[in-house]
Amino acid sequence: MIIWQLFLAFFIPAIIGYGGGPASIPLVQHEVVQNYGWLTNDQFAEMLAVSNALPGPIATKMAGYVGFSVAGWVGALVTLLATILPSLFLMLLFMGVLMKFKDAPQVQRLTSYVRPVICLLLVVMTYQFISEGVTDTGWVHTVVLIAGSYILLEKVKLHPAYVILVAMVYGGFLLS
Amino acid sequence: MSKATDIALSFFRVGILGYGGGPSSIPLVYKEVVEKYEWMDADEFADVLALANALPGPILTKLAGYIGYRVAGSLGLVFALLSSVMPTVLLVIILFLALQTFQQQQFIAGMTKAISPVIAVMIGTLAWQFAKRGAKGLGHLINTIALALSAIAILLFHLHPAILILLCLILALLPRKERSRNEASS
Repeated sequence: MIIWQLFLAFFIPAIIGYGGGPASIPLVQHEVVQNYGWLTNDQFAEMLAVSNALPGPIATKMAGYVGFSVAGWVGALVTLLATILPSLFLMLLFMGVLMKFKDAPQVQRLTSYVRPVICLLLVVMTYQFISEGVTDTGWVHTVVLIAGSYILLEKVKLHPAYVILVAMVYGGFLLS
Repeated sequence: MSKATDIALSFFRVGILGYGGGPSSIPLVYKEVVEKYEWMDADEFADVLALANALPGPILTKLAGYIGYRVAGSLGLVFALLSSVMPTVLLVIILFLALQTFQQQQFIAGMTKAISPVIAVMIGTLAWQFAKRGAKGLGHLINTIALALSAIAILLFHLHPAILILLCLILALLPRKERSRNEASS
């Protein structure tokens, strides 16, 4: 049963997530946190931190991490297949038909029509992570961490992996 | 066989060097596939990319699977997928296990507490990028209206995002009066 749920939880984001892996982050969160409750928002943030600190496609890292944490290696295999196979099959099977339509305005529109929904889901997630931060560490630390990581990421352009590392060292010393 | 190993090596490099998710590693794929190994020319690569973008789901696995198959058949497909995905998935699982093992320790517990605000900034930045690109593609007015409608549907009516997205996809695919070129194809 849980294997089937794991499959669905990653299959749905994979077949409606237009705009690549990052677009599927809030969709996966909706299934994994809200729908099935496999991870708390805190644990989901940990998962994203670990994924963001590593290279490679984000969708498969999320799938592997969540699948493994819920049901071990079998779980990881199922979530990975659910993430990769649907769109790859579509691409290989309907190659010819798709080639004809790929420049059609309807097809061109798909990504841009989905974007506002994804954007809103990301805003909701941002809000949730901020309030998690406040609950876990209080206002002061949350503001410091937000301001600090914003400056490091967007102004100093420090690599996300290092920003996460810096934040974790901060937490290790000041929040333990 | 050697072509399949080349495929495996090149997608291994793409997977292990690309930061910021699949979409940001597209230039790396281009470098390997078009410039280094010359498996396809720039035009064909552009076609494949457009095709991959027309479909949902992660972009890098679609590119890897398709290009692997196109260059070295089923073996190429499997090699490309495994080498682009597995190294980082294994690393992420190892890190997960490390977190689990040491979670009881005070220092580690403090470390994980600092994560949520940082991820909030990363997701918030991603949201901002989607908002900017949305405004560029749809225009400011329509983008704002679409955002407001999504907010009402999700926050007020608790509509499942999948349903909302399906509605958007149907809306996008509906035929309408456009230039003659697409009427021929639809």
